[in-house]
Amino acid sequence: MKFKLMELLRQNARLTNEQLAARLGITAEEVAQLLSELEASRAIYGYKALINPDAAGEEIVEAIVEVHVSPTRGEGFDGIARRIYRFPEVRSLYLMSGGSDFLLFMEAKSLKEIAKFITEKLATMDGVKETQTHFLLKKYKQDGVPLDGEESLERLPVTP
Amino acid sequence: MTVQTTSQIATKIARRVAELPPSGIRRFFELVLATEGVVSLGVGEPDFQTPWTIREQAIYELEKGKTTYTSNYGLRELRVELASWLARRYGLSYDPDTEIVITVGGSEAIDIALRALLDPGDEVLVVEPCYVSYAPTVILAGGTPRYVPTFQEEGFRLNFDRLREAVTDRTKALVVNYPNNPTGATLRQPDLEKLIRFATEYDLLVLSDEIYAELTYEGHHVSLAALPVAKERTLLISGFSKAFAMTGWRLGYLCGPAELIAAMVKIHQYTILCAPTISQYAALEALRSCDEDVAAMREEYRRRRDFIVKAFNELGLPTLTPDGAFYAFANIKATGLTSEEFCTELLRSQKVAIVPGTAFGPSGEGFVRASYAASFERLELAVEGLSRFLGK
Ligand SMILES: Cc1ncc(COP(=O)(O)O)c(C=O)c1O
Repeated sequence: MKFKLMELLRQNARLTNEQLAARLGITAEEVAQLLSELEASRAIYGYKALINPDAAGEEIVEAIVEVHVSPTRGEGFDGIARRIYRFPEVRSLYLMSGGSDFLLFMEAKSLKEIAKFITEKLATMDGVKETQTHFLLKKYKQDGVPLDGEESLERLPVTP
Repeated sequence: MTVQTTSQIATKIARRVAELPPSGIRRFFELVLATEGVVSLGVGEPDFQTPWTIREQAIYELEKGKTTYTSNYGLRELRVELASWLARRYGLSYDPDTEIVITVGGSEAIDIALRALLDPGDEVLVVEPCYVSYAPTVILAGGTPRYVPTFQEEGFRLNFDRLREAVTDRTKALVVNYPNNPTGATLRQPDLEKLIRFATEYDLLVLSDEIYAELTYEGHHVSLAALPVAKERTLLISGFSKAFAMTGWRLGYLCGPAELIAAMVKIHQYTILCAPTISQYAALEALRSCDEDVAAMREEYRRRRDFIVKAFNELGLPTLTPDGAFYAFANIKATGLTSEEFCTELLRSQKVAIVPGTAFGPSGEGFVRASYAASFERLELAVEGLSRFLGK
């Protein structure tokens, strides 16, 4: 039930407790109870809108940065990860297998801001050996949703 | 050159076609089409797109130029894959070379099966309420349909006493459809065993339309032909429309004893030649890699089913929980309205479309069919409309 509830919210976090209850066949009170448990365990750690600033005419620049670092004894990658992700510019940070150690997702108002962060903060940080920055050119699909709209299904209104 | 008036031209129409009653759904259909902004639960097809992997495979095959006829029986690769899929899913064993023909939907399978079997005057038992095409197809094949009713009090399951009463010495076959459109009923193993004993006793063939088999919510679908001795008198009718959300691809199949299939392929080869080639390649991909897509659609239908059945019952319209397919068949007798009045008034006053039970046979009177192959939002809107309509 918990998993089904999470899946429903993942598709649409604005469903009311009553709507969720109808979809799950339980009461709204039970939904509220489950939600508080999920939130307490941080299985659900937030509710946010999926936004596409582009469509609203707002310019933002996004970059994905490959970061090579030297892990430290005792803390491994975690210590340096924490030093990096505490910068608010960093939206997501993942430890990766393969080519680079970290994959860092960031966004800013301009290219200049991103360059400033990387050259002044990130590249100069103790333990950071190398960075490689990729700027995002176009988004096709994000969070499971195609940004040019979902395809519609045209069915006849009544069929046997 | 003679100029004919319309009515003169109409006299040219074969009598059995002219006399065929128009589809019960047709009149209501026109009304729905003429109404704007309808919330429709009247649709008998999935509201999912065909899984992308199937569509992408079809595009790839088109690029490779797969644009020619296939064997009359259908692409051999597909028949082999289908045989092993039927074995894996339902424990069926069909020889892909002689016991399977790929058709233009389950619709064509029903048609060629009946046409290959019926001589003028032969009778076919049609268990109703049922899918709209059985009785007309029997008539077009020159036979006579004999309706055998099922009832809500009996869970819309087969009643063998009633079936026995309908048998005559001209009865050749029986059409059953489980999971059922429109009632959602399924048959359990003991009923299936009785069915085969009944068919054996009267030496009847059974046309078993199992097109909704993959959409079974309680337990696992038991295919009639998987029962001992059943295979030799069963014609399995099914297709890709419902399970894989592939209605527009027009692809189905018919499985049965080799001699019967050969007779049916005779009709198929002269009237159809072969099922659409590109759809056959698409179906191959469906069988190979869509188990999870099918399971996900089934789970979504189940969730909607639970919602709508509960809502109907709470609104005072007794509705059994359907074990399969995607229809809820609600009893509206307490309103004092006929099925058609109910649906017409509901459409006029609330712009909610559901289908009168009478479209599915005489014992559909007093019932309406709501399809839950519609988004949850739509189901909620429909229930709100229904609730206002009933003054609740
Ligand atoms: C019970 C039943 N059989 C057969 C069909 C025909 O399906 P198709 O010709 O798309 O395979 C339908 C379609 O609604 C149906 O409900």
